[in-house]
Order: sequence, then C-alpha cells, then structure tokens
Amino acid sequence: MIAQETLTTEEMAEIDHEIALVPVRRAAAIEALKIVQQHRGWISDDSLQAIAGYLEISPEELDSVATFYNLVFRRPVGRNVILLCDSISCYVMGYEKIYGQIRERLGIAFGQTTPDGRFTLLPNACLGTCDHAPALMINNELFRDVTENDLDEILDRYH
Amino acid sequence: MPLAVNIMVRIYIDQKPYDVKPGKNLLETCLALGLDLPYFCWHPAMGSVGACRQCAVKLFKDENDKTGRLAMACMEGVRDNMYLSVNDPTARDFRSQNIEWLMSNHPHDCAVCDEGGSCHLQDMTVMTGHAYRRFRYPKRTYQNQYLGPFLHHEMNRCIQCYRCVRFYKDYAGGKDLDVFAAHNHVYFGREKDGILENEFSGNLAEVCPTGVFTDKSLREHYTRKWDMTMAPSICQHCSLGCNIIAGERYGALRQITNRFNGAVNGYFICDRGRYGYEFVNDPERVRQLVVRTENEGPNLFESLKAILGEGRMIGVGSPRASLEANFALRRLVGKEQFYQGIPENEARLLDKVLAIQHSGHVYTPSLKETESADVVLVLGEDPTNSAPRLALALRQAVRTQPLEDTAGSNIPLWHDSAVRELIQDEKGALFMAYPVHTKLDELASGTLHAAPEDIARFGLAIAHYLADNVAGMSKPEGMDTQTLESARRIAELLQKAERPLIVSGTTLLNEDIIQAAYQIGRALEQDEKKAGLFFVLPECNSAGLAMMQAPSLTVAMSAAETGGFATAVILENDLYRRAERSEIDRFLSGFRNIIVLDHLQNDTTRAATVLIPAATFAEGEGTLVNNELRAQRFFQVFMPKNEHIRESWRWLDELRQFQEGSKPDELRELDNLLEELVAAMPQFKGIESAAPPSDFRINGQRIPREPHRFSGRTAILSNVAVSEPKPPEDVDSPLSFTMEGYRGMPPAPLIPFYWSPGWNSGQSVHKYQSETGGSLRGGDPGVRLSGEGLHFENGFQSPAPPAFKRSPNEMTLVPLPHIFGSDELSVRSASVESRAPRPFIALNALDAEQLGAAEGDVLLVQIGGQVYDLTVVRKDELPEGLAGIAYNLPSMSGIAWPAKGVLTKAMV
Amino acid sequence: METPLTQHISFDRPCYNLRDYEKNGGYQALRKALSLSPENITNIVQASDLKGRGGAGFNTGMKWSFVPMNGHHPVKYLIANADEMEPGTFKDRMLMEGNPHQLIEGMIISAFAIQANISYIFLRWAYKKAGRLLSHAIEEAYAAGYLGKNILGTGYNLEMYLHTGVGRYICGEETALLNALEGKRATPRAKPPFPQVSGLFGKPTIVNNVETLCNIPHIINNGPDWFKGLGKGNDAGTKIYGVSGRVKRPGLWELPMGVSMRELIEDHAGGMANGYGFRGALPGGASTDFLVKEHMDINLDYKSVAAAGSRLGTGTMIILDDHTCPVGFVHNLEHFFAQESCGWCTPCREGLPWTEKILLSIERGEGKPEDLNLLEMHTRFLGPGNTFCALAPGAMEPLQSALKYFREDFERHIDQKKCPWR
Ligand SMILES: Cc1cc2nc3c(=O)[nH]c(=O)nc-3n(C[C@H](O)[C@H](O)[C@H](O)COP(=O)(O)O)c2cc1C
Ligand code: SF4
Ligand code: FES
Repeated sequence: MIAQETLTTEEMAEIDHEIALVPVRRAAAIEALKIVQQHRGWISDDSLQAIAGYLEISPEELDSVATFYNLVFRRPVGRNVILLCDSISCYVMGYEKIYGQIRERLGIAFGQTTPDGRFTLLPNACLGTCDHAPALMINNELFRDVTENDLDEILDRYH
Repeated sequence: MPLAVNIMVRIYIDQKPYDVKPGKNLLETCLALGLDLPYFCWHPAMGSVGACRQCAVKLFKDENDKTGRLAMACMEGVRDNMYLSVNDPTARDFRSQNIEWLMSNHPHDCAVCDEGGSCHLQDMTVMTGHAYRRFRYPKRTYQNQYLGPFLHHEMNRCIQCYRCVRFYKDYAGGKDLDVFAAHNHVYFGREKDGILENEFSGNLAEVCPTGVFTDKSLREHYTRKWDMTMAPSICQHCSLGCNIIAGERYGALRQITNRFNGAVNGYFICDRGRYGYEFVNDPERVRQLVVRTENEGPNLFESLKAILGEGRMIGVGSPRASLEANFALRRLVGKEQFYQGIPENEARLLDKVLAIQHSGHVYTPSLKETESADVVLVLGEDPTNSAPRLALALRQAVRTQPLEDTAGSNIPLWHDSAVRELIQDEKGALFMAYPVHTKLDELASGTLHAAPEDIARFGLAIAHYLADNVAGMSKPEGMDTQTLESARRIAELLQKAERPLIVSGTTLLNEDIIQAAYQIGRALEQDEKKAGLFFVLPECNSAGLAMMQAPSLTVAMSAAETGGFATAVILENDLYRRAERSEIDRFLSGFRNIIVLDHLQNDTTRAATVLIPAATFAEGEGTLVNNELRAQRFFQVFMPKNEHIRESWRWLDELRQFQEGSKPDELRELDNLLEELVAAMPQFKGIESAAPPSDFRINGQRIPREPHRFSGRTAILSNVAVSEPKPPEDVDSPLSFTMEGYRGMPPAPLIPFYWSPGWNSGQSVHKYQSETGGSLRGGDPGVRLSGEGLHFENGFQSPAPPAFKRSPNEMTLVPLPHIFGSDELSVRSASVESRAPRPFIALNALDAEQLGAAEGDVLLVQIGGQVYDLTVVRKDELPEGLAGIAYNLPSMSGIAWPAKGVLTKAMV
Repeated sequence: METPLTQHISFDRPCYNLRDYEKNGGYQALRKALSLSPENITNIVQASDLKGRGGAGFNTGMKWSFVPMNGHHPVKYLIANADEMEPGTFKDRMLMEGNPHQLIEGMIISAFAIQANISYIFLRWAYKKAGRLLSHAIEEAYAAGYLGKNILGTGYNLEMYLHTGVGRYICGEETALLNALEGKRATPRAKPPFPQVSGLFGKPTIVNNVETLCNIPHIINNGPDWFKGLGKGNDAGTKIYGVSGRVKRPGLWELPMGVSMRELIEDHAGGMANGYGFRGALPGGASTDFLVKEHMDINLDYKSVAAAGSRLGTGTMIILDDHTCPVGFVHNLEHFFAQESCGWCTPCREGLPWTEKILLSIERGEGKPEDLNLLEMHTRFLGPGNTFCALAPGAMEPLQSALKYFREDFERHIDQKKCPWR
C-alpha cells in the first residue's frame, strides 16, 4: 500500500536510532509510534500507514499494537492532554470532585476535546503518586494534592 | 523420530487407567480417548495457547491428593502417573461458567446465523450444560467489515479465541488481518474494510468456532449443514488433489469444505478450491444432448448410432477428466486412436516426471511430508499460484529446522506460542528460483529470478557441487561467480539436510528444469540420501492421463492430417486453450463429426456437431491421480435432475454399446469399468482399492449422504407431487442419496461429512482420526500407485541448456499462472473471477522503457498468429528480454509454448 | 535503624549525580562484584533471602539460578521492571527519582551475575522525572566506564537502555513486559517456559522489580547475613512501605521487613486523619486482600500477611476509611482491572467487566440479592491457574475480602436500593 503521508527526515532519523537497538525492525514499533505521536500529537490512519511502511510491516500489524495501548492516540487530541488519575487512592481522596470541576470549567467529559482544541480530558490509571492524591498530569507535567482551589490556576497555564 | 515413541505412559482419568502416547498435551489425549472435553483456542494443526480457558480439568498431585487444582488440559503435557479428572464437579462448573462468560456478549442469533447447526460454540455450550443466562447488562456490539468476495464478517458473534489471527497470520502468513484494541473490546479484522488477500482466507470459516467468519458463497444460496446432501470429493482445480466435502441442495452445489486427509491437505484448502465450485451451477452449463448433423436419424439414438458407425474415430482425452472417463474414451476409439489432449511439450514433461518418480532414485513425498522438510529448494515453481496448498505446506516447512533446534529446550511442540517466542524469526533454508518474485520469497533465505534456462542451469550447478565426480554432472558453462557461489551454498545445505526437498514441476514448461531437479536428487543419492522430489503438475488428473502413456494432441493433429478419420471425440477439454486457435480450427476441420463431452460451453463445444452434457465432479464419480501418484476417488454428490447429465465415462461406455449396435439398457457400474481399466493398463494396479466397492455395506446398510436431521425431503418436491418419489439409487458407490443408512463411522474414503453425537461442526473430525490430528481411522484415503508396468523411452541424460539470450526484436515469454484465473473451471465462480488479474504482460524496467510503456499501459502483443491487448505490469526482477504473461486467463486463447511475442504500444 | 535503600535519598536537594554517589560509596559494590564469579554473586543473593519486591515475593537469587550458565546462550537480558502501575503503589518512583544510580548499579551487578550483556529499564510513561534522571545517570555511567564495553577493565560488557511504555498495567507482568519490549501487544506468555529460559526475543532473561534491584549493591557490600539481620521477623532486609488514603501523613518509609501494621499506620503515617475512622486496608497495592482492625498487630512480612489472608504485595498500603463506600471502593478497583485486562483469556476479559457492572449497579442501588452470589462465583473462578496470568486473580483479592468483611455494606445497598454513603 502506498502511504499517503510520509515520515519526516527527523522522524525517520529517530526511528532509525530505535531500530538499531533491536534485533528486528518490527520490534521498534512502539518506539516509532511514540516518536511520531510526539511530533504530530496523534497517530492518524495516514501516519499509521507511513510508519508501517517504514517498519516493513502491514498497517494491520502496527494498528494491532497501537490500539492495544492506552497512550497511543488514534484519534486527534487537543493541544493539551489532561490525564486525570481515577484510581483508588485518588478515588478515596476525591478525584470525582476534581473531575466534576473540570467538566464544569471546560465542558468536556472523559474522552472529549474542547471545541477550541485546547484540552482533551482522559482518565488515567494510577499515576504512582498516591501519597499526594488526587493527582493529574497535563502533557508532561504532574500536579499533586490537587484541590478545587488550585484547578483554575493550573488550567490557566495551558493555552 | 524419537526412540521413545512406542513407550506409553499411564495416566488416570477419573480413576480409570489409560496408556497413552507421551509428548502430547492432555486435551488432545482426552479427545483421542473419546472423552468429550470442550475447547476453542486449541487447534490440532496450530497447537495450544491456553487463551480460552475452556478445556479445564482437575489435576491431582498424586493418587492421594483429593483437592487438586484446575488446569487447562491443552497446556499440560501428559506425564507418567498423572492423575486427573474430567468429571470433577469444580472442573465441570468452571467449564460451564466459562461458556457463560463467552456467551455474555454473544448475540444468541443462531436462528439467523450461517454457522447454526455446524457451530462449535453451540456444541460446546450444550456440552458444558450452560443454559441460563445471568448477565443482565447491555451487550457489547461491533461494526462489521467488508472482507471481499469470500468471507462474511459478523463480529458480534466473536468469542475471542484468537484462532483467526493465529491461522491467518501465524500459520498462513497473511498480513491484513489482526487483533485490535484490548480488554473486552478486542476486535478481529482488517485495519479498514477491504479484500482479505491471503489465498487461504476461506479456512477462517472453518477455523472460527462460531459465525464471525462465514462462507460468503454459501450465503448466496444458504443451506444448513444438516440440510445438505454431501459426499467425499476431490478438488478439481490443481494437481495436488486436496480432499473436500461438497454439499448440495435443490440441485445446486452449495458449499465446499475441507475434508481431512492426513497425508494430503490436512485441515486446510486454498480459496481456489473452496470457492471455485460454482461452475457446477453455471447457467452456461451444457444441459442437452445436441446433435447437429445432416443425416439425422429418426431419434437421437439412431442418429448417434449412425455417426458412430460412420468411420474411424480419434479420441482426445483430458487431464481434467477422471481416469475412468479417459479410459472409457480409449475403449471407444481404440487404444491406438486415443490421444492425451495436451500438447507434445507438456506430455513430454509429464512423461519425464513419471520416469523420475519411477526411477527409484528419488523419493516422492506426500504433501504432508513436505511440511517436515528441513531444506527446501524450489526450482521454477510459484506454488502459491500453481499448487496453492503446497505454499501453505512450505510455510510450515521453514519452521521445521528451527523447531528441531528447540529440542533441547524442553518446550513441547504443541505449545505454540512458547515455541514461536523461542524461535522468533528464525527460518529453515528455503531457496526460490523463479522468473519473478513469488509470495514465498519473503520466507526464502535466497532467491534467483531468472529465465527458465538459467534456473535449469542453476539447478545443474547445484547438482554439480553435490557430486562433481558423478559423470554427466559437469558445471554449466559461463555462469557468473555469484550465482555459482549461491549454488554451492545450497548444495552444502542440501548435503547437510536430513530431509531435503526439491520442488519442481511443469509450470514453466521447461524440461531442463525437471532434469536439473532430478540431477540434484541423483547427486544426493550418491550421498546415500534420498531427496524428496515434489513435482507440481498442470491439472487435477495430469498424472493419471500421463500414466496412460498415450501420444499427445500434437501427434493427434498430425495423425488427423493424414486423413482417414470421420469423427473426433473430445473429452472434457477446451482444445482452444491448448494450442493456437488456427491450429485447432485446422485440426477440427478434418472431421465430419465432432463429439464433445463437457460441462460448460466453450469454443470447443461450440464447434461440436454432437454435444454431450457431462457430469461435473459433483454429479458423478471418478478417480483422479494427483501429482504424487495418489489415486483418489470422488463421489457423486447428487443426482442431477436433468438425466442427460451423466458422467462422461458412462456416456462413452453407452456410445460404445451403440456402436456395437446394442441399445444400453443396464447401467454399468464404476467397479466393472475399473476392473477392465486395470486389466488393460496394469500400471494402474491398486486403483480399485482407492475406495470400497459399490457393494460395500456396513450391517447391510449404505452410508448416507444426508445427515439424520435432513429436513423437508417430502416438501422439496411438493410443488410437483405430494408423494415422495423414490430416491435415486447409486449403483456405483456404497453411498445412499438419503438420510437412511449406517450412522457409525464409515471407512475413510467414504466420509461424506463429519458428525458425532454432540459434535455437529467440522471439529468432530477428531472422532474420525486414529489419534488427534493424525491420520484417519483405517488410513488416509487414496492409494499411491507404484506405476509398475510403465515404459519410458526418453533417457535421463541431457546436456546443460545454453544460457538465456534475449532475442532481437521480440520478447521471450514465460507463462505466469495465477491462483485466481488460470484454472479453467474455478474462474467460472464469480467470487474467484473477481479476484483474477487483468490479462497482463510483465516487463522489467529496461524493456518497458525501450517500449515507452509504463505500468498500466496497454501493449499489443503478437504471439504467433494472435494479437492480445495486455496491460503492462512492471516486474523489474525479470531478466532483460524475458516477459511474463498471464497464463490461460479466460479472455486469452491458447498459446503454443515456448512462445515469443512482438510488443508494440497500442495507439490511444 | 539502617535504611540502606534510602540513605542517600533526600527530596530537599537534587538527587545525587555520579560524583556524589561515588563519594558516598557508590559503585563500590560493583567493583567488588566484578571480582567475584557470577555464580558466587547469585549464591550470595540467594543466601541473603532477598525476595522480589514486585509483588510475588520469590527468592531473587533462586530465580537467577535458573538462567542457563553453560555458555550456549550468547545473548541474555536483564530487565528492571519499573512499570509500577499497581494502583496505590508509588515506591519505585521514589527510588528512581531519589537515587537513579543505585538502581543502575544494582542492575549492572545483577546482569553480571547472569552474564547478560544487554539490559533494559522498562519505565512507565508517566514517570517523566524518573525518566530524565535515569537517562542522565545512564549517560554518566557510560562515561565513567560502568556501562559499555570492557567495564572497569574486566572484559565484561553491558549495554543499558531506557524504554518507556505506552500505558498498560499488564505491561508490568513480566512476560507481557517482554512482549511490549519486542514491540508487540503486551499479552502475557504462558509459563513454563519461564523467561529465565526463553525470555526477551526468545533468549534467557531476568525481570526484577526496581526495589529488588536496588537492594543488590547493599547485599554485595555488606553480605547476606547483614541483610538478613535487617528484617524483623520472617523476612530479610528492609522494605519501602507506603500508606495512602485518609491518614494524617501519607507517604513512604524504609522500615525493617516485618514492621507491624499498627506501627506503620499509627507511628509513621500519623494515624487516621481527623474525623476519619479506619475500616480496612489493602496492604500491598490494589490486588491484595483487605486487612481489617483485627489485623492491626500483624507484622508486615510475606508469611504473616499471608497467614492473615492477604499478601504483602508491593508493601504500599491503601486505607479504606469510614467515610468511603466499600462498594464504591471495590468498584473503582474492578473498573481498573477490567479496563486493564489484556483481553487474551476468557475469564478475565469477560468476568472482570461483569463484576464491574454488578458492583456499579449495587452501588447505584440497582443490585439484586443474587448479585452477591455472582460476585462470589467470580472470586472463586477467577482464581490462580484458572486465568492465564495473575491479573484477574489479583483483581479478585480485594473483592473476595470485601465480601467477607463488608458484606453488610453490600446488603444495605441492595436492601435500601441506594448507596448509604451518598
Ligand atoms: C498484572 C501484573 C502486573 C504487575 N506489575 C508489576 C509492576 O508494575 N512492577 C513490578 O515490578 N512487578 C509487577 N508485576 C510482577 C511481575 O510479573 C514480576 O513478578 C516482577 O517484576 C518480578 O520481579 P521481582 O522478582 O523482583 O519481584 C506484575 C504482575 C502482574 C500479574
Ligand atoms: S488474566 Fe487473562 S485476559 Fe487477564 S490480563 Fe491475564 S492473560 Fe490477559
Ligand atoms: S483449548 Fe485449552 S485454553 Fe483454549
């Protein structure tokens, strides 16, 4: 299949680096998905085809891997992705209140993106910071002991 | 073979001792012992992965352990002194619970599901006793995909056993089907809608234990399994002779499924074989006896009698007609007037193959045995297109060597995923030599894309390296060092191999290739090693016809030139596919009467003065000899309502009786004909035992072609008459056309369908096997013919051919067959036809450039006296001056091989 | 009280770089180990009775001893399992953010013991800071000759790669982790064969938890007897214990193996937060059985916790307080497990969503009395051995013990047709 979209030289160079570390090209699949997602925000069907072509595997084989994992985005996401921990310690410490507040503030529920593309909200399993629950991550930043009072200020940092 | 194979181990199942074979898993062992243990993910040909958790049993530490633990039978190897329970209440409860889980999201749509009645999920559900549904939440639903002409997709029925991906991807090497997502959202399909491209996709309908993947062609004229009349049959669409079950209702053939034969196709057939059957239902079938003649008699029989008495007759046989039909023709026209209906070069090739198989210097493996070859050399064949099921076997063969290397790891071979993880991408040696890329190239450790002559030379070079001291095996002159080096390397591998296999055949119509394959075999024999030589032949009965050792069509043509023949009798053979149109026209013009027996209208039937409707494989009985000289019987599936449709052999035998002046009154039985055949041609000795004789009975009963749940037998004809007519009687076989008869296990060649109490789907085949996955009870069907009594004139020595040189101003052509399209009959199925390529000419970059032709352009190709419009396909691996052309697609007529073509660009 | 694992960890300052680590005795254990034979190291670790801190508690040295050392296996792998995704578990994060070199040193020694030449840290995606620190530390270690070719002139070679996952709890299961590293779907593999024999890319492989590996340098430095002496009762060494939930001071503490539950909660975590009472606790992450008040005085070692009907697991405790609905609590857990099921085996793939749905309906007041039987059936049939891996059995532990200790809470929901906490 001819890919509609091609990988950039930069993406290819990064993927090549990962390929060099593994015994078979295919084994770099997850790394390649991560790299392209890093650059493009998500993995579109066209990106998937392009990566599959580069790894010399079928789009099926790559999508099988891509769709298995939580953090490979096969649908477009907003400029900022909020991962709200919904696991046990955060449950006990009241993440649902934070969730309610985000819904109110941004008008989006889990799995949704604000119409202006500013935020996507996703639930996330335990962020491993249970002694500072409730916790959330926005892009690469972790926020702990989040209270209803902090939330607005946190969200305001992202555009 | 491990030495321990005969040492049995003792296991105790529910306190009863059993002596069983070691090295197996508990599930297959229990099944072989006749115990009903449910399963889904395990498959006898694909091993265990432990995913479905359906086969749980209780395992005890020893005889004193009363608690035990649940374990999956498919994941436990049998050990001496093992104690287990199948009937343990916890184990039973768990199995039933497991079904409840599987059914929690299942749509319970059996009534409208094509699988219903032959559904493993239904059977297992009943087996475990699960009946009452406690899951009271909304079910998960999925969207289905369009998967092409062969399979229908209904994902809601999926029970996530993973068999489909394991078959399609791991076993058959398919790329475009996989599993997506995770947890209870897993989805099996393609990345997007589209045609499943693997040539074995149809097996998914049988591999899937429920109705996710179902046979789309059956759907067009759907009938439940229990409502079909079925018979054991043989695939008619290539030389391998895969065993099939064919099912009919209301006079139409409705479905082909795999019929297990442990020595041939095992559990799987290809899509050409599964979907190519619809020519039987073709509206263009020849249905009437037509006599187009001047001196018409008072009735058909008198006219026929007159024609037959008119003068000498020539008989043209056919590689796609049964042996019986060819023999009956030979008897009608006389031995001296009987000709093989194939051109001289093809006949020579076949004779050579027979001679090699007969020589005693090489070994002819069965298709199954090819799977265990440790080094494979394919010389001049593209199995995916010329003998598809072989391609699937070779996919397994490349795993043989790595699997043997795992012997020390203590991982049993049935432990499929563990073995795959251990061997990863390792592959045994497979070398492919063919003019263009083949699908198997992706598995190959080496490939050679060259002209047929150079493939032969390459083979001879290998032979040379194997035994440079054997006379006559000198190195071909003028080969480049790189090719020589790879020949040397292959020779080395073959020498080290324990079960070397050379696959060759007639596809490229090149005798030197076959010669080279033989030389390699000879050279290995010098090394005290019997190489397996597996030859791919053109058609389903090419070997049987060749064994009759009659002269070729080409000879018939010159015989006709000399005159003196009034009548040609042409048996199931469209001669216009065999040679150039003008030649066939000239040949046929030499006869006053042209009697043609065939199923479908074609150019030859159109030239007939007497046209006789011949039964297809589904409407008649007969024997075919496959590429490894295995004689196999196919049985009539149904009696055509049109009484003019009869087996060619019956027609021909009747014609003989007309000719002798008697009006045939009594039907002759196939058995008598076979007896006479063996008497006349002792090389076919043994063929009569390919299946039990027609008077074979069990407890005085016939074997029913219909399951005992067959419904509507009175209603079927109620529009005609309300009383049920007497069912037709089968004089040729021990099978009955009804549901009455012996309900137990028939002898292997007579199994019309698989069924066992509680096992309505094809999964019941294990009940018919001597051990799970092993051969059928009483031995796999078919008889290997020794061919004793064959005479060969051609010697074996021939000098190496000169290297390929391009001809000035024209291209040398090689025929490139395609699985979908190149076979005359299967392409008449709409589904198969839709997968056929457009007639093409394959060119490399340089040749294409010289012609100014790009991919997709149309070229006028003049071959002999014929001009074709062919679409350009770029295959840069072709040597310069060599072009590949689509072989025998329906829109092309015969070409005299070897052929050259003059290519010009079509005016736009 | 000795705290070898955390002695160099302080979050009031940046974590030690290589120089600081070396100045404080870092990489001495590696030097020592390289002078020993691989078998010797394995024996020492085995003798120390170090048990895996990833949850299963298997003797680490014993696990290593199954790796074939006959020279027929040129390629072997050592993997640090840093996927920490078990809800309520946050100890490996602290070790990696606090002192990355300790992990690296532990890994080099362990890899040397099994003669592996390639090692991976399989880090969960969310641990961004740990990722940054580890990459930097690995670079430093390469530069200093602790990694790469001919380590410290001994001829031993070891590469180390940091791999970050893309999110799936099952990736932490060691065989699923191998599939993830191979770029595949992270479904677990059947055992046997164990990874020690056929692991990453089919080669012998050891997977150890981060905390397990961090102990190795100290055992090499101080010997097995010292290590055994660190524990209080049945088990050797120290343990990073943690408490989260409604306590005064949620956190992590390195304590002698076998500290009592009371001491952990009351002394270290400061007792229950004001206004909250204790109802129960999962002692070692989401996949362990509840302990309740009556268990307050048991020692948190493998054997004692097992005797109380639970598992030490990861040693990070989650508290159920008296303001939290136990049904909602368990529903949250089962929702997690159902989402994180890989989808390979039937009981887990179909059974967990079913339990989740039942729990949700009970919590919403839509439950029926027979639902409790269905939940019990699941706890019985999703047990070890019935499912393909340990995810589903783990998921059943909090549920089965909740049904035992908080049964009346479930019944009240069903009787009152509503959640009494809402
Ligand atoms: C579902 C599941 C998730 C797991 N997650 C982790 C994990 O995140 N980290 C970990 O170290 N071990 C985890 N384990 C345990 C590992 O399979 C394995 O036992 C452990 O990494 C071995 O290391 P150890 O012997 O040092 O404890 C998990 C097990 C299961 C069944
Ligand atoms: S128990 Fe089964 S479905 Fe669940 S995670 Fe393990 S293998 Fe996957
Ligand atoms: S057949 Fe044994 S687990 Fe599926």
